[in-house]
Amino acid sequence: MGVKLLLDKAHVPGIRFFETYRKEGGYKAVEKALKQMNPASIVEEVKKSGVRGRGGAGFPAGMKWSFIAKPEGVPRHLVCNADESEPGTFKDRYLMEFLPHLLIEGLIISSFALGSNDTYIYIRGEYAWIVDILEQAIDEAHANGFLGKNILGTGFDCNIYVQRGAGAYICGEETALIESLEGKRGNPRIKPPFPAIEGLWKRPTVVNNVETLAAVVPIINMGGDEYAKIGVGRSTGTKLISACGNINKPGVYEIDMTISVEEFLYSDEYCGGIANGKRLKACIPGGSSVPILPANLLLKTAKGETRLMNYESLSDGGFASGSMMGSGGFIVLDEDQCIVKNTYTLARFYRHESCGQCSPCREGTGWMEKILKNIDTGKGKMSDIDLLWDIQRKIEGNTICPLGDAAAWPVAAAIRHFRDEFEWHVNHPEEAQKRNYGLAHYADPIHVPA
Amino acid sequence: MSKFNDEQLKEFSRLVARYPEGKQKSALLPVLHLAQDSFGGWLSADTMDYVAELLQINPIEVYEVATFYSMYNLKPIGKHLFEVCQTGPCMINGSDDIIEYIGTTLGIKPGETTADGMFTLKTVECLGACGYAPMMQMGKHYREHLTKEKIDAIIEECRKNAAANN
Amino acid sequence: MSEQPLFKVTIDNITVEVPAGTTILNAARKIGGDVAPPAMCYYSKLEGSGGKCRTCLVEVSKGSEKDPRPMPKLVASCRTTVMDGMEVKNITSDRVIDARNGVVEFLLINHPLDCPVCDQAGECHLQDLSYDHGKAGTRFEFQRRTFKKHDLGDKIQLHMTRCILCYRCVFTADQLTGKREHGVLDRGDHAEIATFIEKNLDNEFIGNVIDVCPVGALTDKTFRFKNRVWFLKPVDAHRDCPTCSGKVTLWNRGDEVYRVTARKDQWGEVEDWICNTCRFDKKQTSDWVIEGPRLIDRHSVIAQGHYAGTVGTNKPKETFKAVHAGRQPKLLMDIHSVSEVNQPNITLSQLDRPAHSTDFKQNKD
Repeated sequence: MGVKLLLDKAHVPGIRFFETYRKEGGYKAVEKALKQMNPASIVEEVKKSGVRGRGGAGFPAGMKWSFIAKPEGVPRHLVCNADESEPGTFKDRYLMEFLPHLLIEGLIISSFALGSNDTYIYIRGEYAWIVDILEQAIDEAHANGFLGKNILGTGFDCNIYVQRGAGAYICGEETALIESLEGKRGNPRIKPPFPAIEGLWKRPTVVNNVETLAAVVPIINMGGDEYAKIGVGRSTGTKLISACGNINKPGVYEIDMTISVEEFLYSDEYCGGIANGKRLKACIPGGSSVPILPANLLLKTAKGETRLMNYESLSDGGFASGSMMGSGGFIVLDEDQCIVKNTYTLARFYRHESCGQCSPCREGTGWMEKILKNIDTGKGKMSDIDLLWDIQRKIEGNTICPLGDAAAWPVAAAIRHFRDEFEWHVNHPEEAQKRNYGLAHYADPIHVPA
Repeated sequence: MSKFNDEQLKEFSRLVARYPEGKQKSALLPVLHLAQDSFGGWLSADTMDYVAELLQINPIEVYEVATFYSMYNLKPIGKHLFEVCQTGPCMINGSDDIIEYIGTTLGIKPGETTADGMFTLKTVECLGACGYAPMMQMGKHYREHLTKEKIDAIIEECRKNAAANN
Repeated sequence: MSEQPLFKVTIDNITVEVPAGTTILNAARKIGGDVAPPAMCYYSKLEGSGGKCRTCLVEVSKGSEKDPRPMPKLVASCRTTVMDGMEVKNITSDRVIDARNGVVEFLLINHPLDCPVCDQAGECHLQDLSYDHGKAGTRFEFQRRTFKKHDLGDKIQLHMTRCILCYRCVFTADQLTGKREHGVLDRGDHAEIATFIEKNLDNEFIGNVIDVCPVGALTDKTFRFKNRVWFLKPVDAHRDCPTCSGKVTLWNRGDEVYRVTARKDQWGEVEDWICNTCRFDKKQTSDWVIEGPRLIDRHSVIAQGHYAGTVGTNKPKETFKAVHAGRQPKLLMDIHSVSEVNQPNITLSQLDRPAHSTDFKQNKD
């Protein structure tokens, strides 16, 4: 069993409620932070911990906190990004559903550190029932003196509000989220200015992912240095991975980032291997926008080293032979899955979710979807594959926000590693409608668990 | 035109009170949810104008937002809305079959409502329940690990409830 | 004297000094010519505009004197401010040209290309951009996007299929009129400009959305199908208007006023906003005091012919170098390396006058 810092109490009956959570040691970190520490020393601990943003970009959270502007007389805000929408990712949902007080505790400490008296949780609209869970937790925290005025007699006031989104992936991008929180369309802002200078209502704002903020609790409890000892290199602490697709045990797992991809995929403690006795074809290891990897590049890097479940190892080899940790959405495809169809559904997703503000994303995502649909349904041409490559290349890096990249990368990686499958679709349109391409050479050596 | 009742107005005030003075527009998304839930599951132009008036903003600001987010229904829907996820991880686990099965069982295509106004079928993109695929959203809750048998049971349950309420 | 420090910025090898806070685009406009990136959504007079169309992307090859690292991604020059010592590549960067070609292709795949029946033709920024960066054929083999028609009243014609979602008209409505009635509805590739339920746009200044529209999405309904802009003679005129400055450009044929627009500068931007009365209702020459011909130097089609030498074309200045502030001309081929046609004492590219036969070696054969 690996170290568990977030989900260690997830299975305690009644942990969703204040009383049990408190009895299990909850809110001790708030007491420590508010009574024994000051905002600067909390930021320092978070910096020392090396915890990186768990939403996908992996930016060091302590560093992000230290950027917040502190103009005289202007309120500052902390906003919790609970707009979890990246296909393959459902870890924040799990955390909020089962451990709402862990998030609230992390939010109180972080609000204190950043000087936010009004803190908002922006949650995706579809997680409607979780709003009730969170609001109940907030009410309980109020009733027990951990929220509201003069918390624990320290003079610190803090309120937390839950704002429901209404169905828009783009609101996971922090400036789009802020726009949405202001009651507007989720159009990402053009940066600079960054939210740390001009965010919610033009006030300095920090936006952090649910898991990042929850991790503040163990960081305060154990100290940043101790936290940093878990994991390896710049991948410190633990990470929640939501595993799905063709595996025996889909679900949310907390890992310390030293375990190998192979162990994560095949051991019974985690995914439990490929479902129905089938073989592994490919995997998208960090949420749908990160590059898909064929089996042979997933378990080992191009250099032949064992690939580990952490930021550095998953991105080893760059986009040529690596991928990314992303949001920790681990999507596994077995030998019967069709890469073209999978790529098409993802392209459709990004077209559906493009805000439409900037030209490359608005027009490019729809174009890619149309071409992929043609190839998938046997109407593709060989030149379409190169065209797709050229379109994704012209979207990537040229858009206002990272959605353009997120739309381009899956298409690029699918063509890079599975070009033969695209070509087979074009050359055998009728056969492609009846069966899938199968494993082919890219799953070689094929891993068969003992 | 329908207006919020006292209880709904109280909820409205609670939502607006979360934001600093003059920033009441921030309550737009939650208020639109409230309006949709209060007025038959969809937002008519009248409803949107009413929300604009309550929040003291231009009607166009409401239209812009209501049309941007996928959860606001701008047309009347059936009593039960089946929103079936069709993105990658659900597709891998057979969401296409589920969508087709619901369609044939109810005799409608995605985007349509049954003649009796009971069911609307909609395909949606990732709802964040990839580990429990295939799945769909029904009202406030998710229905996960869908099978044909489960679909039958859900449809049956909806019909029973409707009969009981009549 | 202004206390604002001056920053040195070099764009396509031409250095210019601008006040801190100036955007790359405006610094480039100060240099002028080809160095100024095209801008389809940015509008200097509309706060918050820009950043969306991505046609003005440039490469920052040196961040500043203090931090010389290049910026990894191309940046929108209209929304990126200069730093002291910054070096920028626009037309001298292959990456920029490649990306810009891509953006133009994206803007065109769903554009109807109905220029033959479009009133904007001849003064359309998308047309200009396509001439510079477009391809003769398209790689888009699908049906182009269409929209349900929306009626914006009897003064303004909306063709949503032509819209490139620059948001300029939304900013105009927001910042010029008291109450915004129209905006962008829906999202992604079916986002559209509309009023949702038909509402007439009756604000006195709403007509300005026609002038800010870079394409033919919003055109003057009172001028619809009446004439081609390049057949009309633009003249500056004014009247004593109680609502606006009354400074306009009349587009005439003979004595007939076909349409009235605001005066636009060399970047196609309105100099003074005008009111609906001046724009739509004053269509008699007698309504106006004529000032003289209007210089239109941005759109080649309009500029052709009418007032050669005074309007439409600049008189050539002495040398290319002088016109382009020291920048050397783009040579198709440096003939010196392959040919010895010129007299040995004459370097052709450094002549400050056209070359004459005497500059070349005589063919003795």
